[in-house]
Amino acid sequence: MVTGGAEAHQEDTFPKLLLRNAERFAERPAMREKDLGIWQAWTWKEMRGEVRNFALGLAELGLRRGDKMTIVGDNRPRLYWAICAAQSLGAIPVPVYQDAVAEEMGYVLAHAEVTFAVVENQEQVDKLLEIGETYKGISHIIYHEPRGLKNYRIGGLMSFDAVQKLGAERFSREGEDWWLGEIAKGGPADTAIMLYTSGTTGRPKGVVLTMGSVMWAAEAGNRFDKLDENDEVIAYLPMAWVGDHVLSYAQSFAAGYCINCPENRETIVEDRREIGTTYAFAPPRPYESLITQTMVRMEDAGRLKKAMFDYFLGVAKRVGERILDGEPVSAKDRLLYWLGDVLVYAPLKNRFGISKIRVSYTAGEAIGPEVFRFFRSIGMNLKQLYGQTEASVYITNQPDAEIFADTVGRPIEGVEVKIADSGEVMYRSPGVFKEYYKNPEATAAAKTPDGWVHSGDAGFFDESGQLKIIDRAKDVGHLNDGTLFPPKYIENKLKFYPNIREAVAFGDKRDFVTCFINIDLSAVGAWAERNNVVYASYQELAGNPQVYEMIEKHVEEVNRELAREERVAGAQIHRFLILHKELDPDDGEITRTAKVRRALINERYAVLIDALYDPKKTRQHIRTEVTFEDGRKGVIEGDVEIRDVKTVGREPAFKEAAE
Amino acid sequence: MPADSAAVKAASQPEVLLEVDNVSLAFGGVQAIRNVSFDIRKGEIRAIIGPNGAGKTSMLNCINGFYHPQVGTITFKGVKRADMKPHDAAAQGISRTFQNIALFAGMTTLDNIMSGRNLKMNKNFFWQLLYFGPARDEEIAHRGKVEEIIDFLEIQHIRKTPVGQLPYGLQKRVELGRALAAEPDLLLLDEPMAGMNLEEKEDMSRFVIDVNEQFGTTIALIEHDMGVVMDLSNRVVVLDHGEKIADGTPDEVKSNQDVIDAYLGVAH
Repeated sequence: MVTGGAEAHQEDTFPKLLLRNAERFAERPAMREKDLGIWQAWTWKEMRGEVRNFALGLAELGLRRGDKMTIVGDNRPRLYWAICAAQSLGAIPVPVYQDAVAEEMGYVLAHAEVTFAVVENQEQVDKLLEIGETYKGISHIIYHEPRGLKNYRIGGLMSFDAVQKLGAERFSREGEDWWLGEIAKGGPADTAIMLYTSGTTGRPKGVVLTMGSVMWAAEAGNRFDKLDENDEVIAYLPMAWVGDHVLSYAQSFAAGYCINCPENRETIVEDRREIGTTYAFAPPRPYESLITQTMVRMEDAGRLKKAMFDYFLGVAKRVGERILDGEPVSAKDRLLYWLGDVLVYAPLKNRFGISKIRVSYTAGEAIGPEVFRFFRSIGMNLKQLYGQTEASVYITNQPDAEIFADTVGRPIEGVEVKIADSGEVMYRSPGVFKEYYKNPEATAAAKTPDGWVHSGDAGFFDESGQLKIIDRAKDVGHLNDGTLFPPKYIENKLKFYPNIREAVAFGDKRDFVTCFINIDLSAVGAWAERNNVVYASYQELAGNPQVYEMIEKHVEEVNRELAREERVAGAQIHRFLILHKELDPDDGEITRTAKVRRALINERYAVLIDALYDPKKTRQHIRTEVTFEDGRKGVIEGDVEIRDVKTVGREPAFKEAAE
Repeated sequence: MPADSAAVKAASQPEVLLEVDNVSLAFGGVQAIRNVSFDIRKGEIRAIIGPNGAGKTSMLNCINGFYHPQVGTITFKGVKRADMKPHDAAAQGISRTFQNIALFAGMTTLDNIMSGRNLKMNKNFFWQLLYFGPARDEEIAHRGKVEEIIDFLEIQHIRKTPVGQLPYGLQKRVELGRALAAEPDLLLLDEPMAGMNLEEKEDMSRFVIDVNEQFGTTIALIEHDMGVVMDLSNRVVVLDHGEKIADGTPDEVKSNQDVIDAYLGVAH
């Protein structure tokens, strides 16, 4: 913290920043939410009043310093206010993933000893009531949306409005001095928030972040990309994700920029376009689905449009990134790119709602290089950063004009990074977490006494000093002949095809690489419609021979790409199958942030994996238990076809000689 | 926190909203409805069930004034009804959805639901044409109401999509939205869940219950899915070959031998 340090010490907690912003940015919008088709705005001054009333209401209900309060729901201003209100009283917010099933959520709430819950709607209230049958600790459930809850007669259940009313009454009786006093008691060593990491292994762990850590992250992030009160951000990623907490809460409080909450999950693109967001941060999945949707629609477009689209995307691929990075490009290409911008890129960006984006980040997991280049080539300043919940997000960022698809940038100021002998990336920074809640063994395993944190990722610094992450340290394996096998790398190549939604590659301690494929129901479904292929379910479409043909071609192309890269040429895919069901977070197969849980998949689909490595088998029967959205269980079973794929010889000459 | 969390159903109001008394309807020689009497109480969800051709839709068409029964009377809100047109029924507070969706396919969701407000608009054609002064204020107020319905049915994302492009389940929802836009006292739903998958049915059931609870709207529905009927409705009337064969709570109806026979058939 070189610059701005002095200022940071005056307001060292987020509630204190709220008080500052209510004076400094009084009439500027702090939050907007689209409701009934119209953007409603709250200024910083208004927001201060909302937070105060809610906090006083919570205090009346008995929320005390150190108590835990969970927050469950889509991004709503009131849920962000709840975070700030809890912090102002010294209570600890514990946001959880809103689409988690009751059992999963119950574990977190019980582990965190949550006593208060602020939730979005009836769906979540029902879930909490179900959890209440086994975990008795929750005394109050406060809901935002009253719909459907009219006839619930349950003690401790009340609306957000009712709590604010309690608070407003107390405010009119005795003013806000007590509240200001509570805020003044807070300091940088206090716990700011507990975030449960979805974790690809075992039970989720509660990452405890202090005010000081999150505050550092907020200021470091704002300084790095020069964010101020004029920026606009749309909040649509889960509030339980550290990325959203830092971007849509911490950085907004520190810089004073406005957070916009979309009308609902399906209107995000439209809402983003209306707001014209300037700064964004998302895992690869939303970027991937934008491309998928576009490619699917272009398949349905007229021939002229399609030809224009293809031609100018070709131009963009050739020169777009160089133009973005300010490198010299011939006048002819510049003209073509300009024309492409008018005809294709600008309308496309407008469609995506990203016309005004200054900086956009992707993080959470490795992004496919093709996805990454696509957005950069059409002129969006998409950059990568490397972060973790345990680091309050920021570890490394890509500075402008030093962008590569396969690196994640340099350590941001204040962060030290080193590579352990094992190849694992380790870091130390003011943003490092305090501990895993009630889990000293895990804390000790992840964090050395002098503050270095094991990231769990394998990586190295390249010649230019940028960090490269290869894969999860424990996922990188080797084939029996010693060839490097980075599963994620192969899977990402597959996932660039709009038809492929998810892929899981196998090969560690095996003779060759094989993989599972999940088709993308919207892309393949659109294809099926065009080609009069009738199907009733995902399973039926996945088993369709024509779909297999199509996917086989994709896999062959990936093999050709792999063959061109020396380090992974031996890791070409020999056999594949299309799974009979979609990998689903409800079944624990992928995390809520769409990371594959390999151990679980290895176990659950063992028969399929065995069949992939049994050359005699071309079909395999499988029976899998599934969890529906409402938590009920069911069974999907059927035969899955296994296909062999052509591989490309690494050294054809050698092969011929051998034969 | 008590574990038994099930919502407590509001005690049904005994006040009768609509009374069907001894109604018969014939098309030439075909007797569609024969001497049927039943009532619909304020605030309840009333199901009309029966095998195909039992006269359910004909009954609904009588209630909303599309058909005129030759015999018998229909009393709505205490007023015995003379022969009337459907739009009179609509003006009195009855709106409905249809077995086969009857939306304006080329119009957006918003415009379709707005069309449901038509009867509530007071300003004359001239003012509306100018879109000025009182007509404008009125339209803004109506739009506000429509937006509440859009929010209620969670269809914000298709607000400006022409309904012809929407999947079937969503079209059904839009149709419900248009019926709600008239702020009816009695809502008639003709097979609201026909052709839906399980998830869509669950969603639709949720909306029907919410409409009933939130707005206190009385609902009469025809439905073939017995699970849905038994879960949703307070009382069920069963028709077979135009005659009423049972009337009561879902449990009573379920155990009624005539109903079982009508559905499963009996050896003659």
